[in-house]
Amino acid sequence: MNAIVMMVLGLGAMFLGYVFYSKFIAEKIFKLDPNFRTPAHELEDGVDFVPTNKYVLWGHHFTSVAGAAPIIGPAIAVIWGWVPAFLWVIFGTIFFAGVHDAGAIWASNRNKAKSIGNLTGDVVGKRSQTLFMIVIFLVLLMVNAVFATAISGLLIKFSSSVVPVWGAIFVALIIGQIIFRKWMGLGAISIIGVLALYALIWAGPSFPIELPETVMGISDNAQWVLILFGYAAIASVLPVWMLLQPRDYINGLQLFIGLILLYGATLLLAPEISAPAFNSNTPEGTPSMLPLLFVTIACGAISGFHGLVASGTTSKQLDKETDARFVGYFGAIGEGSLSLATIIAATAGFATLADWEAVYSSFGQGGVSAFVEGGANIISQGLGLDIGVSETLLTVMAVLFAGTTMDTGLRLQRYIFQEWGSLYNINWMQKAFPATMLAVGSCLLLAFGAGGADGSGGLVIWPLFGTTNQLLAGLTLLVITVMLVRLGRPMYYTLIPLIFLLIMTVFALIVQLKDFYNSGDWFLMGLDLVVLVAAIWIALEASAGLTKIRKEQKAQKQQ
Amino acid sequence: MNIQSVRRWFSRASDLANEFYNAPYRSAIARAKRDEDDLFMLLVFSEMMGVPNPAAYYTLELQPLMLERFHEWHQRMGMEHSPLDHFRCC
Repeated sequence: MNAIVMMVLGLGAMFLGYVFYSKFIAEKIFKLDPNFRTPAHELEDGVDFVPTNKYVLWGHHFTSVAGAAPIIGPAIAVIWGWVPAFLWVIFGTIFFAGVHDAGAIWASNRNKAKSIGNLTGDVVGKRSQTLFMIVIFLVLLMVNAVFATAISGLLIKFSSSVVPVWGAIFVALIIGQIIFRKWMGLGAISIIGVLALYALIWAGPSFPIELPETVMGISDNAQWVLILFGYAAIASVLPVWMLLQPRDYINGLQLFIGLILLYGATLLLAPEISAPAFNSNTPEGTPSMLPLLFVTIACGAISGFHGLVASGTTSKQLDKETDARFVGYFGAIGEGSLSLATIIAATAGFATLADWEAVYSSFGQGGVSAFVEGGANIISQGLGLDIGVSETLLTVMAVLFAGTTMDTGLRLQRYIFQEWGSLYNINWMQKAFPATMLAVGSCLLLAFGAGGADGSGGLVIWPLFGTTNQLLAGLTLLVITVMLVRLGRPMYYTLIPLIFLLIMTVFALIVQLKDFYNSGDWFLMGLDLVVLVAAIWIALEASAGLTKIRKEQKAQKQQ
Repeated sequence: MNIQSVRRWFSRASDLANEFYNAPYRSAIARAKRDEDDLFMLLVFSEMMGVPNPAAYYTLELQPLMLERFHEWHQRMGMEHSPLDHFRCC
């Protein structure tokens, strides 16, 4: 089949989902009210609560939720063939992610823009709030370890990207200074910044950098992991305007440019999909598609991380309540379209089936480097760019997304440690430096503990990361469902996704538990058990909470 | 399309870009600025807290200018009235 057909079907379905399903959800279920005084107006303070134009809000909601995860997940999952990944991304986006994201904004908006974590405490119960903190910590821990591993793999495989990746950080530092000191307007500086970045990408293939194979017995993979965490630790304690803000801005522009390039090249080239629709010839050691598909693709189909962004910052800036539909639902569609582009790159970017099978030689292989290789083939043939430059371009895109998530993640983890420090009166833990060290230490423990001394452990835990992320989404859906039930509105539009997620995550956790037990991986087995306990706990809380409200409502009716 | 409408369009686009750049970090930066202002306030009022201040002659002049912020500060710190003996606020 031609990739254009997949592209049109996918984008068309998501568009219809936005036009019809999101309208139904917004008007009939959430009953968004244009006259509701949003927290941005009610509590306006010019700092946290600022009514913001809905397109701007969508822009940074979308760019803060779309990162490397919607690329890595689908790129791994196409090993089962392109149809399952395609269907889960499209239907997940329409019926799960969009409802979840818009719902999280709505729920937070109706409760003085509180974060979902606090809302869980208010709406469901204190126990669930504790659970929420634990799940968030686990997600952050895993995302840092996974991304460090993924980046180090890319930097070794595509050594031409080393110069532009680190060069981009200097570009960001300089842009940060220029804007902070108001030397130049943002319009001019964006153009200069993007040009500088693309000049670096163009120059990258001429200056490949490779680390020595071993230094003091540490493999090159492990060296990169250590360097990355060193960088992320420093970046996470710098003031945000210095590095994080300009970097996020450039990444946002990159995201749009990348999407346009990928879809544009696909349109021009019209490549045939070389991967099988359903792969009956999966390499040995590939786990069964059911349930692993549903946790391998988390971001791109539904992701709990979005709930944190939606309720943490987006809801505080919502100008009108009806904007939640565009910002939340269309934000999810933006992410879905990134995943769709990934699926196209990883299945249509290879000339023959044999080429594709060589890349996907075992589970966890291929992945993001298949996205880079396939996508580079499409871009270089479609747009006539040099193949080396195209590869560097996509690598830089993936690495920068993952890198930003890493230093934001590390920053958030540091806050959690500091909060624990003040909760339990541990003075030294409240300071920035030791808390950062604890955060880095725990991530390194996971990166090396999971896969041995070469630091390749990250990708082993990818499905476990997906599972935890889904659990977080489950908690958010639970909050929304409980709110809907209290209001006496239909609950099935959020309850069915919740039940589906819980079944799939518990199923996946048990399957993985067996695998870890068989391979004698006690460390990951322990982690799996923790997540499993959390999953069952959420299921119990959900059923207990919902039955309680049902009973209360019945008692009220009888009175 | 005349030049003016192009110019209007451009300025609108650059306003949106500015929002896009600043909105996500507005609160983090405002908080950092507030911390720095608090430190400055501490310098201005350091004599009153028994910390010798070589520039007291100059900082004394600043005190009335800081009055409004001082009020916000002591309220934010959870003190209903001014904590300083010689410096009443409200």
